[in-house]
Amino acid sequence: MARAAKVLLNVPAIKADFPILHRTMRDKPLTYLDSTATSQKPKQVIDAIVDYYARYNANVHRAIYELGEESTRAFEGARERIAEFLHARSPTEVAFTKSTTESLNLIAYGWGLKGKLKEGDEIVGTVMEHHSNHVPWHFVRDLKGAVLKYVDVDDDGALRMEQYDDLITKRTKVVTVAHVSNVLGTINDVKEIAKRAHEVGAICVVDAAQSVPHMPVDVQDLDCDFLAFSGHKMLGPTGIGVLYGKAKVLEETEPLLGGGEMIREVHLGTAKWNDVPYKFEGGTPNIEGAIGLGAAVDYLSKLGMESVRAHEMDLTAYALERLGKMPGLRMYGPRDARKRGGVVSFTMDKAHPHDIASILDVEGVCIRSGHHCAQPLMDRFNLAATARASFYVYNDVEDVDRLVAALEKVHEVFA
Amino acid sequence: MADLRELYQEVILDHTRNPRNFRELANATNTSVGHNPLCGDKVTVYVRMDGDRVAEASFLGQGCAISKSSASMMTDAVKGKTRAEVDVLFDKFHEMVTGQPGTPVDAKALGKLAVFQGVCEFPLRVKCASLAWHTLKATLEAREGTVSLE
Repeated sequence: MARAAKVLLNVPAIKADFPILHRTMRDKPLTYLDSTATSQKPKQVIDAIVDYYARYNANVHRAIYELGEESTRAFEGARERIAEFLHARSPTEVAFTKSTTESLNLIAYGWGLKGKLKEGDEIVGTVMEHHSNHVPWHFVRDLKGAVLKYVDVDDDGALRMEQYDDLITKRTKVVTVAHVSNVLGTINDVKEIAKRAHEVGAICVVDAAQSVPHMPVDVQDLDCDFLAFSGHKMLGPTGIGVLYGKAKVLEETEPLLGGGEMIREVHLGTAKWNDVPYKFEGGTPNIEGAIGLGAAVDYLSKLGMESVRAHEMDLTAYALERLGKMPGLRMYGPRDARKRGGVVSFTMDKAHPHDIASILDVEGVCIRSGHHCAQPLMDRFNLAATARASFYVYNDVEDVDRLVAALEKVHEVFA
Repeated sequence: MADLRELYQEVILDHTRNPRNFRELANATNTSVGHNPLCGDKVTVYVRMDGDRVAEASFLGQGCAISKSSASMMTDAVKGKTRAEVDVLFDKFHEMVTGQPGTPVDAKALGKLAVFQGVCEFPLRVKCASLAWHTLKATLEAREGTVSLE
């Protein structure tokens, strides 16, 4: 092993918290290695949601009765804990959305399209973005005449930082980047990228879907303007996401949904909007989602995000070493586990990723195969698809060993 | 339990390693492209018709073992068949891969294609097995554009 395995997380105790990890898959123990797509949920999160419906379900913010006060406290309490988790200056910098995708669309539409962007303004992205950080900017280009530029990666999957020298100009208004690549695992130097954006007066938008669940993220230290992530990838429920924004840019952002919750007053033909972040939360919000995400944040905070990161780094180093010894297997992304998150994409010379995933499925091992919603990156590496295994707090060395054993079966079938 | 050997039979693996009719057909009368956007598989099916009969069929493309071997065996199976006979074979094949596990198949009509019986145990792989067939159908019906299996 590249590093001595430190026992930082008590994985057996963690596994015990996740009911789904106790079921079998095709008569084999379930080995879940697809947390990059969605994470499993601990009973603490499941219980928090059940508890909300069983004990204090009521609409938030308006009810005069005590029940509504309780639900509002829980809902806003979740917002406060998320703000703290991100080291935001204030809970008012945290808006609830349904997903990372919605958060990124809210930035592209509400800040860009309806607000601050003009024809000829430039948006600098990267080739490693998830589709959800490509397509909203396509809309902005098509409807506003903005210009899109992309930073490339090198063959090891590191962002070619030197390209920012030429790509960022005085016409640049947005510099957007994934904090961690969902395919390569590459951890990008967001702090430096934000600094470069600010030098020309541009804003920095961060897709943090793969970083906030897996490592300490301090938005004040990164100094990004917007940051987006999802609840379901960090032990929380689906249907809840977060848009973090500095107060200034949130003020500049127009809401997408008009209706209840997001207004201060409405008259026939006119309306005044509520303060941030409420003006972005039109309609009855996903109350159970926010409460569930709050419980997930509590769970992760208790483990400690430094420990979560260290655990995944050790596991990734172990996986890189074991997979690196398999004949005919090629991995993508940085070789050094310190430079990447807990996601390992690979191909095998004789087996298509689909076949790999099917054979692993029969062994009870869940991995992903396909383009991982990152087709521009697949094009960059001239690939149609990869297989991808990803790790989280409930995975251990034995899970990696089961992955390797299952990959040996693939090798046997296609030898 | 779904058995791996049911899915990856030796015949299937043989066609994956050495696909038959894996080339462009220079004098093709009909050509179509099929695409499965979920996995990125792409297949081009070429057919040379002689009147109402398939005189020759071939394919090119990239894909998993199931999609490649299915295309390979299909191009062998349809040779010499009329459009109506190909339609019948398509239906039989489709019925087999989408059927309930354990359902008897029409081995007489399907011939070697019966090795794909195991696919029905893996519903997520049905599209892999049927991509080439859908593309062939489009080719024979001379439909324009790309066949996309969503």
